[in-house]
Amino acid sequence: MIGRIALRCSAFLVLLAGWEVANRLGLIRPFLLPPLAAVAARLAQDVASGAFFLNAAATLYRTLAGFALACAIGIPLGILISRRPLVGWFVEPIVSVGFPMPAIAFLPIFMLWFGVFDLSKIVMTGFSAVFTVIAAADAGTRGVERQLTWSAQSLGASRAELFRDVMLPAAMPQILTGLQVALPLALIVEVASEMLMGGNGLGGMMVNAENYADSVGVYAGIVEMALVGGVAVALMARLRRHLLRWHPEAAA
Amino acid sequence: MKQGAISYLPLLILAALWELVTRLGLVSRALLPPFSVVLVALAHMLADGSLLRNAVPSLLRGAAGLALAIVVGFGLGAGMALLPRFRAAFGPLVQAFYPLPKTALVPLVMVWFGLGDTAKIVLIFLGCLLPVILGTYNGIRGVDHVLVWSARSLGASRRDVLREVLLPAAMPQILIGLRTATAFAFLLMVASELIIANNGLGFLIGSLGDDGAYPAMFAAILTITALGFLADRGFAALSAHLLRWRI
Repeated sequence: MIGRIALRCSAFLVLLAGWEVANRLGLIRPFLLPPLAAVAARLAQDVASGAFFLNAAATLYRTLAGFALACAIGIPLGILISRRPLVGWFVEPIVSVGFPMPAIAFLPIFMLWFGVFDLSKIVMTGFSAVFTVIAAADAGTRGVERQLTWSAQSLGASRAELFRDVMLPAAMPQILTGLQVALPLALIVEVASEMLMGGNGLGGMMVNAENYADSVGVYAGIVEMALVGGVAVALMARLRRHLLRWHPEAAA
Repeated sequence: MKQGAISYLPLLILAALWELVTRLGLVSRALLPPFSVVLVALAHMLADGSLLRNAVPSLLRGAAGLALAIVVGFGLGAGMALLPRFRAAFGPLVQAFYPLPKTALVPLVMVWFGLGDTAKIVLIFLGCLLPVILGTYNGIRGVDHVLVWSARSLGASRRDVLREVLLPAAMPQILIGLRTATAFAFLLMVASELIIANNGLGFLIGSLGDDGAYPAMFAAILTITALGFLADRGFAALSAHLLRWRI
């Protein structure tokens, strides 16, 4: 048991020990790899001063606002694509182009349209996530087994009931999988937008650190960003467990 | 093929709508140059070579980073799937790295490798690594044990099993990972070039935007969109070819 835990931690320990040793022996310039203690001290300072929470909140707020926008548009649209052939005919090719496109390339357009403050960043993150959400909602509702809908219909379910009680729950796992892909994507694009446009948020903070050749700040920023990313991923996984608590996968 | 082309008719309708709203003055031309004006700008950029001059370095960076990620990621993913000890030691690192938004690495690769090509290739490599590792790992782990046992009992060596059983059975998952990695390569390529570069399509978009040359900027963005789409289609064709043995 202890051996297993040691093995699980070993990679981290080797990494951190290598970091410290390389530093002590002066193998790598401190600018490239600042002492661990300095990075830890910066993290403590960011937490104590509240700067970490302010920046993390700004980044998370814009990410979640954009993501919510993507869900509000993407889920109904994806469902419509699978249910209404005309909508599918029109929107599907657009999604197939939008899905693999590097969304961040549109940032200058959104800056032109929505200015340089929160709104353009929120639209940017939403735009980067929406195609994934549409594709997942489309595939999810399309994949619902015919037997399910036929049984419900033969038992006298109305169209509204059929949709609410059969289609939506059956499509839910796949829709949520799409959201679990889309949220990290939104975060990646949000951070890049902050780096490009400046302002508050973790990306803005890191790019400032970079501009002042403050490599301790860069390393601390990566740790802070990983924490925020971890929180976002964990929240999404919780939401999935909650929404799918009736589903067999919850028991596994 | 003909049917394939017709199914993209909605994109033409979208372009026509774009042209219409700008020509009718429903949307200010300062915010959205008419589609035809963008096409003219595109033709100019093709003629004076500025598009090609910037597309080539971008695509080379993307391809180099992606190729590196595929080779290393496949090795790490297969190692994690086949060697329990390696999985136990290396898995937690992958888990810790997973939620990090990879654009956060842009300042770090700049500290380490400066502002040139190396930094961007390393960034694309790191960003594409995880989807490849996870695709390979999940693919090999998901192979039905019965397949492996049957092959072994029929006298296949470990090498044979890997090449003839595990790899083909894992291929669909691996390809899904590669498709995600390709999309990431484009995203990180453009993001890093927008943030800092002196050539490349991302740089081109950023500098045209700064100059207020909006028709040309829209043309460059359309070009990147088209390249991303073509890469994805090419990838889908490759997948279909590699998986043609499946029923």
